Amino acid sequence: MAIISTAGLAHTFRTKRGPVEAVRGIDLTVRPGEILGFLGPNGAGKTTTLRMLTTLLPPTGGAATVAGCDLATDPGGVRRATGYVAQSGGVDPQVTVREELVTQGRLYRLTKTQAVERAQELARDLDLAELLDRRTAALSGGQRRRLDIAMGLTHRPQVLFLDEPTTGLDPGSRADLWDLVRRLRDEYGTTVFLTTHYLDEADALADRLVIVDKGVVVTEGTPGALKLEYGGSIDATLQDTFLAITGRGPASADSAPVAV
Amino acid sequence: MLLHDTALIFGRYARQTLRSRFAMLFGVLMPLLYLLFFGPLLTDLPLGSPGNSWQVLVPGLLLQLGLFGAAFAGFTIIIEKNQGIVERMRVTPVSRLALLLGRVLRDAAVFVFQAVLLVLAALAMGLRAPVTGILIGFAFVALLTLSLASLSYALAMKVRTPQEFGPAINAMTMPSMLLSGLMLPMTLAPGWLNVLSHFMPFRYLVDAVRDAYVGSYATAHMLYGVLVALGFSALSVTVGTRVFRKAGA
Ligand SMILES: Nc1ncnc2c1ncn2[C@@H]1O[C@H](COP(=O)(O)OP(=O)(O)OP(=O)(O)O)[C@@H](O)[C@H]1O
Ligand SMILES: [Mg+2]
Repeated sequence: MAIISTAGLAHTFRTKRGPVEAVRGIDLTVRPGEILGFLGPNGAGKTTTLRMLTTLLPPTGGAATVAGCDLATDPGGVRRATGYVAQSGGVDPQVTVREELVTQGRLYRLTKTQAVERAQELARDLDLAELLDRRTAALSGGQRRRLDIAMGLTHRPQVLFLDEPTTGLDPGSRADLWDLVRRLRDEYGTTVFLTTHYLDEADALADRLVIVDKGVVVTEGTPGALKLEYGGSIDATLQDTFLAITGRGPASADSAPVAV
Repeated sequence: MLLHDTALIFGRYARQTLRSRFAMLFGVLMPLLYLLFFGPLLTDLPLGSPGNSWQVLVPGLLLQLGLFGAAFAGFTIIIEKNQGIVERMRVTPVSRLALLLGRVLRDAAVFVFQAVLLVLAALAMGLRAPVTGILIGFAFVALLTLSLASLSYALAMKVRTPQEFGPAINAMTMPSMLLSGLMLPMTLAPGWLNVLSHFMPFRYLVDAVRDAYVGSYATAHMLYGVLVALGFSALSVTVGTRVFRKAGA
């Protein structure tokens, strides 16, 4: 049984300068408890896909179910079952870390005491305990990113969508986050759907990779299988494999960088 | 759930208001200036209305306060949209209607509070009016701000930048203020202007509050005022909720 399955999921933005086909038709399935790496170059449609799967953006084509709930007919069910950490976060700079965490718990319908307890727990897990009474404007970039992640974990979602969660984190925090993601999967069976541009991260963390380009899935498989198929050997780097798949090798003649 | 969520959102934004007390007081400044520097000009003029000039001017200033304040309420949501706060709330199961109601109820509370300050200042300047009438005036301020703030948030959800939003709101509020006779009663106007002003919903609210301020409650003005205020609120909240339900952009 798949916990996420999409069929022809598409979104075309209508803009003043004409339509932008951000996502042209994504077909994928994710198994419960899987850590899925959703990779692709800038503008490939990753964030747009995530916004559809979290009910923020209505698809203009196709269908999907998340955690047994249909995206179109049961958005409430999808929202209860999923957590989302957006690429650019979403905390109010004027509000303290504690208030944001507690409010988030309350938005997920925890009681006041539960929300306060959960805020403490999350602060401990994400190393924010010292910062609870700071306004979020006064956090460093990496600290704010950890807060964004804590907010997405508030209700122990079955499915967690992370959009470039480790951008801006120092190596130590990144390793901590990898541990946290693995622990969520091992202890709670959480399914994690994450995008990243750090291929070492995808290699280390993801069970399976789905690679998208220009709004469609171009290939998928375990990191090992993709290296073998596209990189030429199991010892190829994921970097070379990725470039081979998306056809944007640095050596291609027609896109040689102009002198700077 | 709706009640729980609305209270939660209301609380969040009420705390935000309390953090910026200065901004809240600043809102009363414009009507206060009218009260101080414009009010005294009217004291000996024949305004063609029962009651003294303060009973004509203060109702207008109350609604002006609500009109200008609430129409710009949407600014804050444009900023929140750009900070990702709106989407972060919208992925949670929170009621969409509550996201709107919590905000507009906060706005209504703020503007009623400002209205109280304004009336206190007016009493010091020489206003005399029955207490029931003054309370009715506050109820109209609440309904007006509820409606306008809903529409303002709905529009703000649709635009991308404050630069698009500001001029659009200005273009709507100025004619509304002039055409509804907030400063001087429209009965003083030439026929065509008086007729034109009947197409402006706020005109009915001002007329009703002016009646309330002279103690006449069972009048046609009051009936129309109540109907227009309630109808406008129902319409605006419906429009607002619809936008908050689907808002994709
Ligand atoms: N609101 C919008 N209106 C119009 N076009 C949009 C909008 N949001 C995204 N796009 C366009 O859709 C395409 C996909 O964008 P998306 O943000 O999904 O890419 P992404 O894969 O997340 O990229 P990145 O790795 O840079 O985050 C891009 O061409 C982008 O310019
Ligand atoms: Mg993105």
